[in-house]
Amino acid sequence: MTLGFSLDLVELASGIVLATAVLTLWRKDLRALISALRIQGIALAAVAAALAFYIGDAGIGFVAVVVFAVKGLVIPSLLARVVRTDPGSREADPLINVPASLVVASGLIVLSFLVAGQFTGLLSDPVTRLAPLGLATVLIGFFLLVTRRKAISQIVGLLLVDNGVALVAFVLTAGVPLLVELGVSLDVLLAVVVLQVLVAAMRVRFGHLDLDQLRELHD
Amino acid sequence: MLIIAVIAVPLVSAVAAAVVPWRRGIGWAMVASSTAVLGLGVALAVKTERHRAVGALAGVLRADALSAFMTIVIGAILLLASIQSLRYLAVGITRGEHTIRHASLYTVLIQLFVACMLTAVLANNLGALWIAVEATTIATTFLVGHRRNDKALEASWKYLVICSVGIALAFLGTVFLYFAALHAPGHVSGAAALDWTSLMRVSHHLDPAVVRLAMALVILGYGTKVGFAPLHSWLPDAHSQAPAPVSALMSGVLLSVAFYAILRFKAVADAALGPGYFRTVLLVAGLGSLFAAASLLLAQRDLKRMLAYSSLEHMGLIALGAAAGSTLAIAAVLLHILGHGIAKAVLFLASGEILIVEGTTDIGGIPALLTRRPLLGGIFGFGIVALLGMPPFSLFVSELNMIRAELQVGLGWAAALSLVAMAIVFVAVTHHGRRLLLGRSDEAQTSTSRLVAIPLVGGLAICAILGISAWPLQSLLYAAASVVGR
Repeated sequence: MTLGFSLDLVELASGIVLATAVLTLWRKDLRALISALRIQGIALAAVAAALAFYIGDAGIGFVAVVVFAVKGLVIPSLLARVVRTDPGSREADPLINVPASLVVASGLIVLSFLVAGQFTGLLSDPVTRLAPLGLATVLIGFFLLVTRRKAISQIVGLLLVDNGVALVAFVLTAGVPLLVELGVSLDVLLAVVVLQVLVAAMRVRFGHLDLDQLRELHD
Repeated sequence: MLIIAVIAVPLVSAVAAAVVPWRRGIGWAMVASSTAVLGLGVALAVKTERHRAVGALAGVLRADALSAFMTIVIGAILLLASIQSLRYLAVGITRGEHTIRHASLYTVLIQLFVACMLTAVLANNLGALWIAVEATTIATTFLVGHRRNDKALEASWKYLVICSVGIALAFLGTVFLYFAALHAPGHVSGAAALDWTSLMRVSHHLDPAVVRLAMALVILGYGTKVGFAPLHSWLPDAHSQAPAPVSALMSGVLLSVAFYAILRFKAVADAALGPGYFRTVLLVAGLGSLFAAASLLLAQRDLKRMLAYSSLEHMGLIALGAAAGSTLAIAAVLLHILGHGIAKAVLFLASGEILIVEGTTDIGGIPALLTRRPLLGGIFGFGIVALLGMPPFSLFVSELNMIRAELQVGLGWAAALSLVAMAIVFVAVTHHGRRLLLGRSDEAQTSTSRLVAIPLVGGLAICAILGISAWPLQSLLYAAASVVGR
């Protein structure tokens, strides 16, 4: 693999990370949401792997393997198992409808580039100039989180935020140090496991996963 | 060695609690383990005062006076909470609310939670700090939902989702800071670049624009965990639904541990950007939280929610104190963290006992507590007096010194505004307290179990002694404050 090709691959995979984020706003089917998340996880691992070639660092190659296992395989499978047992697995009525969501998403992408443009030097390097793609993924994750009613959609939103941060870390600093990355991945994995247990408890108690019913606690 | 021992004690206790089915002996073993944490914290304080800082695990962990002080705070409140946990679990098992397995799970999670907090305050690496703080959220989620009813489930969901997303921002901030560090001349490579000691060394060469963005994200992220308004929406739910000993730990120390993280970043930001940036942000967060808490306290009907909002108020006060930033201010902030931790733990634990014996935490449903249960009512009353910052309790001294420090650096207007908010809180809390404590009742007086009363009275006594003389802590407080103060 040549340097030029590995750089192309970093760019392509980063683009896929953002594209799959947009996809989660577009599709209402929760299974499609999880497929998008799986592709995003794999793309994120590809970013790390291609970067490992580009800068010649074995450490980030190892990170790529961890990311692939956790974000490409384990987490999506955990979520897919939850959705399979849920008959009404559609985000039927989001707070903001799909066309409007897509318009907001494009706004968020523009915003990310504007923010990143504030930092001279960030956009001149071929790798760090991809940082806005990660920022946009973070923002779209937030947006998904606050406008969707299904528990699964909220978990996906949380993971989008997380993947976006990981992408920013990869392109800015070739990832955080290995030990930190391992700890962070473990945290994310545990959080998803705990959320899955809560979702199961919700289904037993309420018979569905609509978070609108969670309105008992307020002032 | 000492540092590793501090973290190992709760980890070993967690394993023990996981292996041996819960019984009272296990509960007492946990009390012994918390005493050990407190003792090790004191040993760490003695050592760091003499040797400045000690490291462990190739520099990933490091203890200076500030870490040692936070270890003592965690140990002290853990001790109070462990004793009350005995009561919570024993009553729950007798009444058939918990199985032995639930009791074991509870005990294991508490110990893991504490191990995470200790790791957070002893971490030198900002990445490790983040991992530890996020892990506290995961460990406490099941503890918040330990009652296993609808409300507890809602509270744990909100808690985990909001705090995880919030703290993801802190991680993004950490990444930006790492980026700035890697581009600073003379930086160290690899994981050590995220060590806060090496960040402090290169802080003058960090790109200010990147640091500003990083710090904004860090404050938003860890601020969610502190519960600064408007990011506090999870706080009253989680703190009111959790079992009392868990609420005591969450309100008493977890919030402060998150604030400790902000203090560490503040030291870097002040060196890189000058004091103005962090001061502005902390002023906004502090005043916002103070007034949000004051307005929400007025109409509170639930005892534990009232205590949760009071934590919001105290975090606001601490933020204002930290905004002043002088060594005096930080020393007062740290004393306030300890005093608030103890007073709040005593009140949460007392409210747990109220829930056990009265069956409710609705303020209107528990009249004339002082007449019916003089000891429990008395503890609660004195706890409220302490929380409102009245002498002789240490919160009076720390609040006074924070205001003095704010005046010294020309933040008199902020101090004045904080006094207004504190006056509103005073009116609201005394009103609720009066409804709860006073009144007539023909019921016979009931005594309170000694297991409950002794530690709580002890906690209040220590809070009062610290208010009369901070002597045993004086030098530690100043050593700790000089780590991040100016």
